[in-house]
Amino acid sequence: MLPDLEPEALVVLLERMIVARRFEEELIELAGDRDIGHFHVYIGQESTGIPALSLLEQGDLSFTNHRNHGHLIARGAEPGPMYAEILGRATGYCRGKGGTLHLASAEHGFPTTSSVTSGCIPLAVGAGLGLQRLGSDRVSVCLVGDGALEEGAWHESANIAAMERLPVVFLCENNSLEALGQRAGEYPSSTMAASDLTELASVFGIESVAIDGLDTRAAHQTMTEAVHRARSGGGPTFIEARTVRWPGNRPIWPELATGKTDLSMAWDASLIRPEHAIWHREQDGLLGFVRELLDSGCVTSDAALGLDKRATERVREGLAFALDSPYPEPEEALEHVFAPRGD
Amino acid sequence: MPRMLYAEAVVEVLRRSVEGDDRVHLMGQYFLGLTPHRTMVGDLYRQYPDRVYFPPIAELGYVGAGIGAAIAGLRPIVDCATASFTFQAFAQILNEAANIHYMSGGQTSVPMVIHYNHGVRGGGAAQHSHSPQAMMWNTPGLEIVTPSNPADLIGLVLTAVASDNPTIWVDHVRLFDIEGEVPENIEPIPFGRASIPREGTDLTIFASSWMVRRSLEASELLASEGISVEVVDPRTLVPLDEEAILRSVAKTGRLLVVDECHLRCGVGAEIAATVAEHAYGDLLAPIRRLATLDVPVPFSPPLEQYVEPTTAKILAAARSVTGVQSGA
Repeated sequence: MLPDLEPEALVVLLERMIVARRFEEELIELAGDRDIGHFHVYIGQESTGIPALSLLEQGDLSFTNHRNHGHLIARGAEPGPMYAEILGRATGYCRGKGGTLHLASAEHGFPTTSSVTSGCIPLAVGAGLGLQRLGSDRVSVCLVGDGALEEGAWHESANIAAMERLPVVFLCENNSLEALGQRAGEYPSSTMAASDLTELASVFGIESVAIDGLDTRAAHQTMTEAVHRARSGGGPTFIEARTVRWPGNRPIWPELATGKTDLSMAWDASLIRPEHAIWHREQDGLLGFVRELLDSGCVTSDAALGLDKRATERVREGLAFALDSPYPEPEEALEHVFAPRGD
Repeated sequence: MPRMLYAEAVVEVLRRSVEGDDRVHLMGQYFLGLTPHRTMVGDLYRQYPDRVYFPPIAELGYVGAGIGAAIAGLRPIVDCATASFTFQAFAQILNEAANIHYMSGGQTSVPMVIHYNHGVRGGGAAQHSHSPQAMMWNTPGLEIVTPSNPADLIGLVLTAVASDNPTIWVDHVRLFDIEGEVPENIEPIPFGRASIPREGTDLTIFASSWMVRRSLEASELLASEGISVEVVDPRTLVPLDEEAILRSVAKTGRLLVVDECHLRCGVGAEIAATVAEHAYGDLLAPIRRLATLDVPVPFSPPLEQYVEPTTAKILAAARSVTGVQSGA
């Protein structure tokens, strides 16, 4: 179901979902032409992260992970400096020091991005501690996958967040439900004795809920409640979004397994080919969101195609900007080891 | 000038830091270890309960929380108690705190202090006697302060708390009973400026933290044997006052490094390499390193003393470097 928002706000969500999708499709194509190193894509999880993170406000802090592109776009980061960072250019958000693994934009509320599984959990909890002690009503959002809950950092940090009733929202995007994982030569999936991830939070007394990752209304509503709880001193919340792993995300190196997204499939089922029919009919959250918007009358198919055209242009302009941008001077490797010293 | 115990100075600088900046919060409760002095810090906790956080036994979680809190705008002073416990938190200290400013391209800073008590404390055995300074030093992005007396402690920690970088504050429980003069209006001490607590002409001893005290004790005895020792106390390992070391070696022509890290790849190795690279022509004798022997620290007292850099070992090494016979 659609989030409980005005039509204009729903269109903004759609636009960001399309930007996130086109951003990574272009990236995968680029990686076919040139070696840009390993990267992780968010395709298939847009229906969770975009509605959930778009409702955050200025000053709220988000701590994401290796699968961060969609999270940054959800909070308004620009494709140009994102691509530039991924390509190691001087115009990247981190001036080329971080790359895709550490893509961070402080102005969009991402102060640092750890790509060590679970690395962001203590940081996010600590930011919650800091905000609480500073008397702020801002919140800290911890963005992890299911694998991060295998690490001890989760258990230590969840305990601290619960004991101190910290203003932290844990959004765990579980993309291992249908994954075969490394035993099948695919990208690793979680190795966890607990069968219900929410129990790993509720055991600490943390308010916990599981949602369908394709349900944009659930993502928006549970996040709204969690953020309200955090802002009003009610402590942390754990949200497990049960997402579908996009077929292109199964190999160790992402590939366009289902082709480039064709929004027309949302209203013309005859375009759907049999080999990935389930993905296109039921599992692609972007197509599902478009169908719901059409059904509700919020957008027309023409309007959706128009949004897609503009989003695609914006993404391609961003990529061109990045490719035209210079690399940093080699000596810049020596900068930013330390913040400037007062003495 | 008023005198103060080192342990009192620890409490004094914590008090000044808390009272001087609302953003300073204390996380952890074993700044003075399990020593008899530990109750002194309790008064401070009782006076400022809202500025203290007593974490669970979760070094990875709460040191990481200190990093996150620093990102959010606090200036936490986080206590890890015994240095060996920092290993529980290495993933956050070495891979997050040290990297964040760099990998964010300067967007984000981590203004925090991490405190630990290092070294052989007596009976600590293998898992409570580490000196991880060299491991920390091998990770760019961490400042490391190693005070050896009450006045330096206060001045250096004031600078550490004001610093926008993650700073490791290295203490040693054997320093707690050291008494020293502390000026009334003590000022922050800038990082990267060594002190020369004893001047001499025959031999430079480089030492930090507790080893400064042992080196000074040995130097006094060596003076009666006619060996004039200059002691260089770097006060901060990062940044390092390379010039002060080279200046001293240029004057004495001999270097003995005394350090509580293990020998291989320890602080002593780095100082020896620096002097060999930049001051080979000044050396009248081979550089000597005295460090904790390359075995885990054992429990039994005679075994423990056998592996740590003792005053007797400093005397023997100094005589050897200067070519003076023992007991002459």
